Amino acid sequence: MTEYIPHTPEDIEEMLSAIGLKSLEALFSDIPEEVRRRYRPLGLPRGDEEKVRRHLEGLAKRSTGRGLIPFLGGGIYDHFVPAVVNYVISLPGFYTAYTPYQPEVSQGTLTWMFEYQTMICELTGMEVANSSMYDGATALAEAALMAHRTVGGRRVLVPRSLNPQVREVLATYAWGAGLELLDVPYSEEGKLALEGVPEGLCALVVQQPNFFGVIEDLSGLKERIGKAFLIVYVNPIALGVLEPPGAFGADVVVGEGQVLGNPMGFGGPLLGIFATRGEHLRRMPGRLAGRTMDAEGRPGYVMAFQTREQHIRRERATSNICTNSALCALAATVYLAALGPEGLRRVALLSIERAHDLASRIKMLPGYELAFSRPFFNEFAVRCAAPEEAVARLREAGIAVLPPGLVAKAGLDGAFLVAVTEKRTEEELSRFVEALKGEGYGDDL
Amino acid sequence: MGTIYECGASGRKGTSLPPLGRSEEEILSFIPEGLRRKAPPWLPEVSQPELVRHYTRLSRMNYGVDTGFYPLGSCTMKYNPKLHEELARLPGFSGLHPLLPEEEVQGALGVLWELSEYLKGIAGMPGVTLQPAAGAHGELTGMLLFKRYFEDREELEKRVKILLPDSAHGTNPASATMAGFKVVSIPSDARGMVDLAALKAALGEDVAGIMLTVPNTLGIFEEDILEITRLVHEAGGLCYFDGANLNAYLGRARPGDMGADVFHFNLHKTFSTPHGGGGPGAGPLAVSEPLVPYLPLPQIVRQGNRYALDWDRPKSIGRVHPYFGNFLVMVKALAYILLLGDEGLREVSNGAVLAANYLKERLKKTYKLPHDRLCKHEFVLSGEGLGEGIRTLDIAKRLIDYGFHPPTIYFPLIVKEALMIEPTETEPKEVLDAFCQAMEEIAQEAQKSPELLKEAPHRAPVRRLDEARAVRQPILRESPA
Repeated sequence: MTEYIPHTPEDIEEMLSAIGLKSLEALFSDIPEEVRRRYRPLGLPRGDEEKVRRHLEGLAKRSTGRGLIPFLGGGIYDHFVPAVVNYVISLPGFYTAYTPYQPEVSQGTLTWMFEYQTMICELTGMEVANSSMYDGATALAEAALMAHRTVGGRRVLVPRSLNPQVREVLATYAWGAGLELLDVPYSEEGKLALEGVPEGLCALVVQQPNFFGVIEDLSGLKERIGKAFLIVYVNPIALGVLEPPGAFGADVVVGEGQVLGNPMGFGGPLLGIFATRGEHLRRMPGRLAGRTMDAEGRPGYVMAFQTREQHIRRERATSNICTNSALCALAATVYLAALGPEGLRRVALLSIERAHDLASRIKMLPGYELAFSRPFFNEFAVRCAAPEEAVARLREAGIAVLPPGLVAKAGLDGAFLVAVTEKRTEEELSRFVEALKGEGYGDDL
Repeated sequence: MGTIYECGASGRKGTSLPPLGRSEEEILSFIPEGLRRKAPPWLPEVSQPELVRHYTRLSRMNYGVDTGFYPLGSCTMKYNPKLHEELARLPGFSGLHPLLPEEEVQGALGVLWELSEYLKGIAGMPGVTLQPAAGAHGELTGMLLFKRYFEDREELEKRVKILLPDSAHGTNPASATMAGFKVVSIPSDARGMVDLAALKAALGEDVAGIMLTVPNTLGIFEEDILEITRLVHEAGGLCYFDGANLNAYLGRARPGDMGADVFHFNLHKTFSTPHGGGGPGAGPLAVSEPLVPYLPLPQIVRQGNRYALDWDRPKSIGRVHPYFGNFLVMVKALAYILLLGDEGLREVSNGAVLAANYLKERLKKTYKLPHDRLCKHEFVLSGEGLGEGIRTLDIAKRLIDYGFHPPTIYFPLIVKEALMIEPTETEPKEVLDAFCQAMEEIAQEAQKSPELLKEAPHRAPVRRLDEARAVRQPILRESPA
């Protein structure tokens, strides 16, 4: 018997007798005998709590990367997470609850969903936000599908400076739905270089800041593409100091919300942000909490506009999404509530400050230069003659960056990418610079 | 019900951050003026004690598995082991960046590899991808695998249809549509199973495959499962199995032995990882031999004592997740499998099916049971005929007053006034008995004092909520006073 299953032999006996069966086997007589006969066990003995813990702890220790200082970003960032975030998401009323289909016993979940939607609208400058998607990449893919449903057209303009991992997911969805992705190049300075606007366009995607950390100028883009959607893929931390995409006429704002109070977690679970304009409400995917009243006229919350969703609309639903990233969205809600407007701004400013400190010191080193001249947020590409060797030297010093192989996927050769959050200390920045100097540069100190 | 926006006061904060090294103006000068944020976002300003009290209060207004019995059909609301939460927070898992080189993440790749191997064994199928983030994401990935398979065989032009029993989960038709297929519904017969004659009539060269839920959403095992998959395969189609109901036969039967080509797991159902109020889950897929070449990139392989990522898969559909899927959820599922072992896996389905049949036999004396036969991990009652004007919604809301979470209601659509009950294996018999007693008392109340049901719940944090009003007068965000 395992500790999770309470049935004693007496319980089993009594229940079987109430059913009118003699054995547990008989409960499975409706599965074809041929199928049952083919069953092969895993050959796995029963474990116990301590044994399982030892095994998993052993695997956790085996990843040497856990000890490296992450100047590594590329879509996932090592930001500070206040202790109160983990405390709240560990409250059993939150993490052991299901989707709030029965609102009277789910007011806790529905209330924070409503708070989260408010915060995302505020960050993005949009009118309506859903309560989460799986991750930024699938949120972007769903935004493209929504653009196609709304304006027709099968072509999507996608920057070469879009995160390559995110682009790969978008490409898979686009192929499934019969959409065509067209490249938009970036200029020598690193910003979006939109030239022509093709026929049959349903959306233009822009990443803010882009994969190389460069801050894009969103003004005038919506005017150039007409009724096609302007979809902006954001880093929500950057929106603490950047003008929100809503101010530039964005139709949908999506993004990766991991940075809002969630751990890097080897890339999952993540948090897909999805916000749009009020006029597109009925075409958007995902769950929405709405405020209403109970039978006594007191305010309360329910899931609203469920007729868009798969469990009601089936093949005509706006998306197949059901389970989402609720608990990660709760973490984001608590994170933003703990920080407040000043705290979020501080995180963004600290990230900019430390990133620019490091960048300016790297620029001074002979043989190293920044790949792009445009203003950047907290990430930048460094070009040098032997980038692999530089990355190896950083590794020797216990530092991880995004290696040239992964940067090249966005069309930039001979460079590595450096991300700096508010967690990186002065000592770590110095160590970074020292490591790049390596032998022969010691005199410059 | 107050939101966090109603707490706090201007200038309060819930956490502390290091000071800036220079003035704000100096730092902001790195951003072109026109791109700087003009007005700060409206966010709460609360101290930490206020924040904790607010969310503790909210959490108490929620019903959870740790609160009580949660017999939500098709959702498998079983107990979430506490060991798992500790393991997922180990720094070697939670603090790991997904783009580190593979030699730096051997332990994490080990988790992925071990889980993949166990899932292959449990499914009895040779290929696995762990990328899908949820069941519906797995379904979409499965449909894309179908699509690539037929594209590769140059049959995609003609094979445009996916067959779906009318008892299917709503995600199934939505997923098939997203992959560009047309959905054709197959009726159930009097037994509540796929109507074989209708299936035969629908099969042809235009059919890409079928999506089956096994056991189906009535909780009934498709007795003709081998015949169904044989017919589909003979017609050149593929078979997708929705694995939401794996709790019904875990450790006793394998979808691979029933003819499945794609099978999705819900780690947040069968493998006990928490639902989190709606997510995150994880929806790995197992696939049959012909579909292995099309699995998402990358695949995790073992070479001697080390793990590696295999990118050399030219026929792959590509990525469906930017990294490796919901890794921290997988850590929990792996711990669950390791603790249970073969014996424990079988105890899960034994307990789940025993509890469901026990409840069914007791409750059918009071409630209408449209399909009276052996069930698997769940069964469907009808709330019809309980009393004048009494609806299933009223029964559900009244259960809240008795301290239980209501079952799934109005699904599947093929049963009128459906009450879909899934007890899982983790409830003591005393709780099952108490639930039966509550259901029996509610049936009596429906006769004697129906207003008790119609006005329920009486003992929840709020009374019955007006869902229509939320659409008629939508308020989807807080507004500054």
